[in-house]
Amino acid sequence: MSGHVFHPGHEELHGVTVVVDGASGRTYVGRYHERVPKGVVMHDVGILDPGSATESRDAWIARQLNFGVKVDHRHFVIPTEEAGTITPLGRFQP
Amino acid sequence: MPYSELMVKPMREDMTRMGVKELKSVAEVDEALGAGEGTVLVFVNSVCGCAAGAARPALAEALRHGTRPRHLYTVFAGQDLDAAGRARSYFAEYQPSSPSIALLRDGEVVHFVHRHMIEGRGPEAIAANLVAAFEKYCAEEGVGKREE
Repeated sequence: MSGHVFHPGHEELHGVTVVVDGASGRTYVGRYHERVPKGVVMHDVGILDPGSATESRDAWIARQLNFGVKVDHRHFVIPTEEAGTITPLGRFQP
Repeated sequence: MPYSELMVKPMREDMTRMGVKELKSVAEVDEALGAGEGTVLVFVNSVCGCAAGAARPALAEALRHGTRPRHLYTVFAGQDLDAAGRARSYFAEYQPSSPSIALLRDGEVVHFVHRHMIEGRGPEAIAANLVAAFEKYCAEEGVGKREE
């Protein structure tokens, strides 16, 4: 089933919960929808801002893994210049 | 906005065919989950592809195993909105996602399969995860012992 996409014509990550490292230092977790010229379109997105966070990135990701993604934005576009490495959440260990 | 019932009927029947009882109202949810006794599996159903291709087949495979939860229920996220919301209140410490699977024992969540644990995985792997949880948390109630 690896790489199988149920909606023909979409990118491989479509519908997959991913972690996106932001160039700003922010970390985004949410469902990947698609990449457009403006940026990465995501749904049900949680955002960790290191400037205001009370926990480390690793602890925050672990919490998303264990208790699910706490949604800050139902729909969010990460600008192209901000969107860095994209990793499926399932690849992280709790 | 819910999909047409005609479209989701097969997705409901996928669940009831394997012996899982649908909870379609707040009252039904409270009647089923309110007692908080024994092992209870709640499958949060969904119209999405990972429910059809992975989560539902995985549960069907896991239920062929000898040890399983005493009670099996499902709510349909996005369709039976009130029922799904009420069911989620019984495992509110876990963020909503669908499909997802909660295993409760005496009212407490002992195992939870989030959507991100289902995405990109085949039914066999998810079934193995469920079977391991059934063995760990349901064995005391007897192999294959289940009430309708």
